Amino acid sequence: MIDRIPSGFHPFVLPFLFGMVFVLSYCLFGMVRILWQLPKKDLRKFLLSLINPKIIVKNCWDILKDCLIHVKLWKRNKLLGYMHSSIAFGWFMLIVLGHLEVFLFVPERIHMFYYPIFFNYFVAEVGDVTIQGALLMFLMDFFLLVVLSGIVLAMIKRVHSRFFGMRRTARPSLLNQIGLYALWAIFPLRLLAESFTAHISGGSFLTIPANWLFRQFLGNDLNMLPTWWAYSIALCVFMCVLPFTRYMHIPAEMMLIPLRNAGIKIRDSRKGFAKLQVYSCPNCGVCIDACPMSVNRGNLKDCTVYLTRQMRRGNEKRIEEISDKCLLCGKCHTVCQVQVEGPQLRIIERSRRHYNLSPDYSNIDVQPMVEASSGAKVLYFSGCMSQLTPAIGQSVESILKKADVDYVWMDREGGLCCGRPMLTAGRFEAAKEIVHKNEEIILGSGADTLLVSCPICYKMFKEEYQLKGIRVVHYSQYFNELLQQEKLHLEKSDLCYVFHDPCELGRGCGIYDEPRKLIGKSAGIAEAEKNRAESICCGGSLGSLTLSFAQREEMTRAALENLYTSRADAIATACPLCMATFSRYADRPVRDIAEILDAQSSPVSEKNQ
Amino acid sequence: MDFGFSLSKSSTINLDTVDTTLFRKLCEMEPDARICMSCGSCSASCTAAPFSGMSLRKVILAIQRDQDVRPMLSNCMLCGKCTMVCPRGINTRHLILTLYRIYDR
Ligand code: SF4
Ligand code: SF4
Ligand code: SF4
Ligand code: SF4
Ligand code: SF4
Repeated sequence: MIDRIPSGFHPFVLPFLFGMVFVLSYCLFGMVRILWQLPKKDLRKFLLSLINPKIIVKNCWDILKDCLIHVKLWKRNKLLGYMHSSIAFGWFMLIVLGHLEVFLFVPERIHMFYYPIFFNYFVAEVGDVTIQGALLMFLMDFFLLVVLSGIVLAMIKRVHSRFFGMRRTARPSLLNQIGLYALWAIFPLRLLAESFTAHISGGSFLTIPANWLFRQFLGNDLNMLPTWWAYSIALCVFMCVLPFTRYMHIPAEMMLIPLRNAGIKIRDSRKGFAKLQVYSCPNCGVCIDACPMSVNRGNLKDCTVYLTRQMRRGNEKRIEEISDKCLLCGKCHTVCQVQVEGPQLRIIERSRRHYNLSPDYSNIDVQPMVEASSGAKVLYFSGCMSQLTPAIGQSVESILKKADVDYVWMDREGGLCCGRPMLTAGRFEAAKEIVHKNEEIILGSGADTLLVSCPICYKMFKEEYQLKGIRVVHYSQYFNELLQQEKLHLEKSDLCYVFHDPCELGRGCGIYDEPRKLIGKSAGIAEAEKNRAESICCGGSLGSLTLSFAQREEMTRAALENLYTSRADAIATACPLCMATFSRYADRPVRDIAEILDAQSSPVSEKNQ
Repeated sequence: MDFGFSLSKSSTINLDTVDTTLFRKLCEMEPDARICMSCGSCSASCTAAPFSGMSLRKVILAIQRDQDVRPMLSNCMLCGKCTMVCPRGINTRHLILTLYRIYDR
């Protein structure tokens, strides 16, 4: 293999060089800007993480796993996973192998960074092919074939997204379409260019037969140069539109991963880490089908993929609408391959609103509530929503009595809200005030355990409260402990329940097994088609500020349909809001896990009598 | 002379002289404010009622009469119970947020 062109240069590399310089400087500038926007503390944390060997390994592994192989997409749908990883990983290998070729055969050219891209044009094969050379050529052709297969799939996906397990995909805008067509053009052009050149530079199983075929009817080399030009221009177009299209996700995600691994959180919805998340979204559209709002055609464009798009465009009106409508059920975050925090982005976006009036709770005297809550080890908080579903609190109380637990019910006669609805509405100061009031009551009560039945409150107590020395426990966990300690006697019922994972309990707090264990011990249990982390929000969520009653009804019905797939006799859940919401439209009973347990349990002493 | 009782202040409201701009603005942004039938379900379930006498039913009426609703509103915790119980399906939480937003008295 020798250098064919003495100068090692041809004008056709210029478009490529131009695009490359443009995109690199744009990304560098963007990177510095994002780091600049981080609060000083976060920046320090990030820079320190870059010298932590454990995080370095994790960064490399995550980049390989998420950016190149797209493991998450493979899990969702094999074809979709193959399409993405064939293009990303195949292209990556082409670049790496291209550099290897230059390094091995013409090491003096390694500093010309267009060389590996156009290698086949600049070299000629003389003498016998070495085994390394043949292997490299084979691999180059192989990965080119891999990428091309991915491109073909991408074309099919544009027309028939259903093959890829997706009912709906996001519509690309004009610039995105230009980027898309440029990307589609790059690899076929590369194949043509390398094929036309294969009798000079050599090739492998793809390029040599193609070269032979073309020579049968073309007979001269006149088409060689124009194809290399076209290849270079396609690359240039792609790189020049890249910063303004979804393909910006390629560089953005590579920066997002180290920042996430460093533990950086969103602080401002338009700057720093949030901005990076927005740019890391490749508009894959997986969150559209996942979103419970998408059962309603009119709400299709309120999914997270459209939030990131509108945030890039700076369309304030739409950003506000999209931010306020979402249920904050967290499903888009769960299914998202780059983990765009759709719900958190929206909450912080909501906090930017200006209000003329602010809530003020200074008039609320907590002293009487502290007194009413004192005198027991276990303090039970049912949450304000449970007042609409009194059966939950009553069942919890009955179980605690049967198990002979020393408890007091903190908000039996009504209390304060936990503050989460205020927090998710973006009014952080007011939420903090409510939190402080509750903290005063709980800390003043002298209890050592806070028992919580509503998952919304539970998440709030876990994440936002400072309750030193007090164990916050969800009733599903607590009741399992009571059963383990044999404080309750259970009689199994022959009813079969399907458990609906409340968003705030499952995706919100990671509690999936405890409620199932409880139901399994007291009755039969079946699973719905979509369950656990894929569970569908009941539609009643307080997360949404603007969804209307009618729109919610459609979502509730869709969530119920999913539960009906289990063919269970009744629905079990562990959230007062889910229960109230489902009870409206369900064709079978809806029970809280506490009710089920209460009905089947009796005090141990009775059994012994 | 002390008769052992007194007359309470007149609570007559002259609707002709009341300034309803705030209410009209509210209705523009939140048309559902007009479909409230004053059933009082929201007041009965309200978390803030024991503390500030909050009652959304009263708030909606008071705004139409241009009375001060700030003390009542200031204790709302956006808990959403009123939304759950409203028989008219009014998005009460958003109505309250809108009021917070446009209140200019
Ligand atoms: S937010 Fe996530 S799931 Fe949705 S389009 Fe973007 S990358 Fe895909
Ligand atoms: S949090 Fe839930 S409702 Fe909101 S956009 Fe994501 S999936 Fe849709
Ligand atoms: S009611 Fe339950 S499932 Fe529905 S949104 Fe609220 S927490 Fe999630
Ligand atoms: S949201 Fe406000 S007005 Fe409605 S019930 Fe809760 S505290 Fe009362
Ligand atoms: S519950 Fe609804 S209809 Fe009844 S008073 Fe309240 S807002 Fe009006």
